[in-house]
Amino acid sequence: MEQVLNQNVIDAVDLKHKKHIRILIITGFMFMVYLIGSIIHFDLPNLAKKWNKDRASMFMLDIYAHKDHIKMNWKDPQKIDVRFEGGHRHVYKDDPTWLIRNKNNQSTIVNFDNGGQFVFFPNRVEMRNFPNINEPFIFKLNKNGKPYVDGYVGKESMLPSWMRATENKVEVRPSLYERLQVYGSKVEVHRYELGWKYFWFDFDSPLVGKGFLDAISLMFNEDRVDPKISNFNLVVNEFLENEIWHHNTVLFAMVETLLMAILGTLIASMVGLPLAFLAAYNVTPLSSIRFFLRRLFDMLRGIDMLIWSLIFLRAFGPGLFTGIFAIAFTDTGTLGKLMSEAIENTDKKDKEGIQSTGANKVLQHRFGIIPQILPIFISQSLYYLESNTRAAVIIGAMGAGGIGLHFLGALMTGNDFENVAYMAILVLVAVMCIDTMSAKLRRLLIGIEIKK
Amino acid sequence: MYSDNILGFETIEKNLKAMAFKRLIYSFISILAILFLLSSGLTIAEENNAGSFQRGLSKFFDYPVDLFKEAFESGWRWYAYVFKYLPDLISTINMAFFSTLFGAIFALLLSLFASKNLIKNQYIVTFSRRTMDILRSFPELVIAMIFLYLMGKSELPAVIAIVIHTAGALGKLFSEAIENADNKPIEGLQSCGASWWQRVRFAVIPQVIPLFISYTLLRLEINVRASTILGFVGAGGIGEALSAVIQFRYGDEIIAIMFLLVITIISLDYFSRFLRGRLIGDNK
Repeated sequence: MEQVLNQNVIDAVDLKHKKHIRILIITGFMFMVYLIGSIIHFDLPNLAKKWNKDRASMFMLDIYAHKDHIKMNWKDPQKIDVRFEGGHRHVYKDDPTWLIRNKNNQSTIVNFDNGGQFVFFPNRVEMRNFPNINEPFIFKLNKNGKPYVDGYVGKESMLPSWMRATENKVEVRPSLYERLQVYGSKVEVHRYELGWKYFWFDFDSPLVGKGFLDAISLMFNEDRVDPKISNFNLVVNEFLENEIWHHNTVLFAMVETLLMAILGTLIASMVGLPLAFLAAYNVTPLSSIRFFLRRLFDMLRGIDMLIWSLIFLRAFGPGLFTGIFAIAFTDTGTLGKLMSEAIENTDKKDKEGIQSTGANKVLQHRFGIIPQILPIFISQSLYYLESNTRAAVIIGAMGAGGIGLHFLGALMTGNDFENVAYMAILVLVAVMCIDTMSAKLRRLLIGIEIKK
Repeated sequence: MYSDNILGFETIEKNLKAMAFKRLIYSFISILAILFLLSSGLTIAEENNAGSFQRGLSKFFDYPVDLFKEAFESGWRWYAYVFKYLPDLISTINMAFFSTLFGAIFALLLSLFASKNLIKNQYIVTFSRRTMDILRSFPELVIAMIFLYLMGKSELPAVIAIVIHTAGALGKLFSEAIENADNKPIEGLQSCGASWWQRVRFAVIPQVIPLFISYTLLRLEINVRASTILGFVGAGGIGEALSAVIQFRYGDEIIAIMFLLVITIISLDYFSRFLRGRLIGDNK
């Protein structure tokens, strides 16, 4: 008897196990089919091909290095100027130490740290002394005004791999840090150096070359650099008005983005909480109001932040209001729904206890419900503040302004990658600060962390 | 009954009043701070906004009304637009689904190394956690824009961006779930000599899998919204279609796309709540 029973149990378990295995195999198979289909759809095998190597290496290089442009026009070979990052207004007044102008044979030498030199002559450019490159190269213009490499005309395939000669342009790049471009009209050398130069002060500033610590110590120094204003003001002004890094614009945009997130969340929670009370059945007896508010929450939440920001963009134009209201509208819906559910889940007994003392309705809610939902309310509001900081960057990029728009702008110009990196790091730091602060605040206000 | 020398009623009353007063002061200060933040923030907003608040408020309904008018005028043709953009919508949803799936897989791997009860080495745990923090902190758009620039316009940059963000966001939730799991099954298996992987497979995963699926579903909902937005900046799908029709000012088509989006988001919301309710058991 016992044997039979055991056999039945074993059979049942076996059957269930087989069923599990079957379901597992079928889901696994479907999963694989989907995976393969999607990999083909998203063209993952060609990932490497799509990757724009030149752009990526320029991008990376620009993030950790800066460059000086040395430019010569063939028409006016005596006028060679050096510009920081090729900017129109960023021309060096005095030659840097690595640039030597030789009056006797009218040549100009650009020295590199590895010993290599590019030498400008009125009719040619020479490249010499580079490590691992034995022969010097000479670049000239032919009769038609097109650039060519001396000795390699018609033998372009013999050129080293780091040199590319086409009809209108010769491009030379012995390593990442040196670059020469010869055109029919001009010659341009890019000289790279590590670091973010002029991050603290740009080179028109009287404080150029000072680092962070120097600047701080200067702030509290009595001897005025500029007799008209105090050192403290001077340092702050010169830092903010940096023309290369645009600290005042970028930092103000960051503040704008944070304001969008904070004010949006604040308005959402201040409007959402009273509405949540009206939408909870244990507070509001009228079912029509509840139904109306529920649908209102669904609508606010269902119309995505993207659509709200588009609508507000038309009404308020680009600026803070668009961001604030897009966030406030979406999150009023989300918080309202969450809080009305929390209110409905509160323990009845607290409220009844207050009621038994003869308190009126308002007092019953104040002391019977609010203490129960306050931790959830604070925790959720802070959680939405965190996610809204990221959302504000995104809404900003779609037109509302703030750091998102500046980020997009810097990326679109295609050569200010150090600014792109700067802003990305700024966003990262701001988001992490808000996250940490809200975690601290949550612990401070409610003691324990409420699980979502 | 109570001896008077412990705490007299007067002392209790005094302490209570002091506490109430302290709390009142704190509330007052925080309310003042919030009001200050609100007023100064709105002043800054008013000063730096392109249009003023009041004019904007009066124009608030103009745009939606215009759109609806145009949609109404186009009559029966409007329904055709809804179907015209259905493939774009499916592409966006697929983008979100695929990246949620991959993100969840990465998150699972990361979270195993970020849970104190599975990994005894403190450095590995801290390192994995910081990694997830960084992955999570970048808004998807920032990563997507950089990859869009480096890889050209396609759906792939958006997928990569969402995968990165999802891995960080889900990884944190997953590792918290693992750390909250009951330790007894793990210890039980360990006592019979089970290996690390066997302990994870038979003691941890069965406990946390419903929670993981629930979190992933929530994330899917968020990612559908995100992939729409990324489409808006050039990653294809319905976002790109929306950005195109907005530029051309086709009111009826804008309404059609918005309609599709709203329906999708609402139905996803209900669907995922239903599934989560069934998985975790509390059908809320």
